[in-house]
Amino acid sequence: MTTISRNDLAARIAADIPEGSYVNLGIGAPTLVANYLPDDQEIILHTENGMLGMGGAPEPGCVDPDLINAGKQAVTALPGAAYFHHADSFGMMRGGHLDVCVLGAFQVSQTGDLANWSTGAPGAIPAVGGAMDLAIGAKSVYVMTDLLTKNGESKLVEACTYPLTGVGCVTRVYTDHAVFDVTPEGFAVREAFGDTTVAELEQLTGLTLIDATGDAAASTPTKE
Amino acid sequence: MIDKTVADVASAVAGIPDGATVMIGGFGRAGQPVELIDALIESGAKDLTIVNNNAGNGDVGLAALLAKRRVRKIICSFPRQIDSWVFDGLYRAGEIELELVPQGNLAERIRAAGAGIGGFYSPTGVGTQLAEGKEHRTIDGREYVLEHPIRADFALVSARKADRWGNLVYRETARNFGPIMASAASTTIVQVDELVPLGDLDPEAVVTPGIFVDRVVAVGERRWLRDGEFVGGVDLEGNPLEDAEQQEASR
Repeated sequence: MTTISRNDLAARIAADIPEGSYVNLGIGAPTLVANYLPDDQEIILHTENGMLGMGGAPEPGCVDPDLINAGKQAVTALPGAAYFHHADSFGMMRGGHLDVCVLGAFQVSQTGDLANWSTGAPGAIPAVGGAMDLAIGAKSVYVMTDLLTKNGESKLVEACTYPLTGVGCVTRVYTDHAVFDVTPEGFAVREAFGDTTVAELEQLTGLTLIDATGDAAASTPTKE
Repeated sequence: MIDKTVADVASAVAGIPDGATVMIGGFGRAGQPVELIDALIESGAKDLTIVNNNAGNGDVGLAALLAKRRVRKIICSFPRQIDSWVFDGLYRAGEIELELVPQGNLAERIRAAGAGIGGFYSPTGVGTQLAEGKEHRTIDGREYVLEHPIRADFALVSARKADRWGNLVYRETARNFGPIMASAASTTIVQVDELVPLGDLDPEAVVTPGIFVDRVVAVGERRWLRDGEFVGGVDLEGNPLEDAEQQEASR
């Protein structure tokens, strides 16, 4: 069974983001997607702490402590960038102005529920940040994750057992094994990597999956 | 004549009583009014309720205030960070109360307070633990949760420049919570790099109008600027790179 690397997955996601999109990349692995957005296209990155038109990391010696991303890493501002306060920034999410966000996940249910902020473990310090706003706000919510946990359990589930981030909010799940669309009938396999089969994915996830691998050329779905 | 400027940070934070609710601007370290926080620590005020996006980074600023055990409760969205060891320790010991709020609801609750809104229905958090026990309402077929405004007695904000009327401009993503917190507190206290003569700020570019500001204190230019121009030479925490290199070499 074929799996692809984190970086290849980031490139795969980047390829699905059309020019002109306003995009928020969640902290962690989703930030890798920025490395694969084509230089010859204008795709505008939003960072929740208050900027549109975010660029890559600065040159050594040019770190600006006033210019950071949601993960509190140093970034740059591209020509055309704009700064704004936090209420405006989250208004952009909640108000449905962002085209795409890419988030990590602990679990995604077949009805599109997302769990990505807390394992609910006793003694853990809860922290939610902007995850709940992004999950319910962006027009398309993409999840980037390994299909399986380190213990081999499927992150695609019938119903989430971890605390929810949002209900029925996920559009599509990009995993190291395959790309899944969330549909009213459950998960549809849009693309399986390499020699991976839908039957194998059903075995790994324990879910009944729709084979949509022939539909991969279909246009990008949105929540609208 | 209106003159909101005060001479020093001690005068700026004067009168913040024990038990006050204090909003503190900043996202992580960016925009955190460190000099005002240091003055608040110096003032000795305790049993404070703090509103901030985070719960302190490293051992300075908000983290230092927490470490002195001056904070009874913190209202924030993202306490747990790579460098939040001060908060983590207090929380695990049961020595600080936490109200966890999704970040957009936190921002909008602060904005609502400043704008005189009695509450609002938000789609964020619906169906999650963080909306449990709150009033829900379906509007145009979508479910929302009622969120209440967060007001404060004082707000501590960092900005780039001010004039004596309290008009403010910020710098880059250090703006973050400044404008909304300035509007949501009974007394808003602002530290700036530079005080400029009235009329020097372009009215088209003023971000926070002075009506939201009560006291302004100049604390000197941030280390990575020289006469307003970015010169770099610092790490993300604003420490000179030479220091970081020396620390690295001494390890």
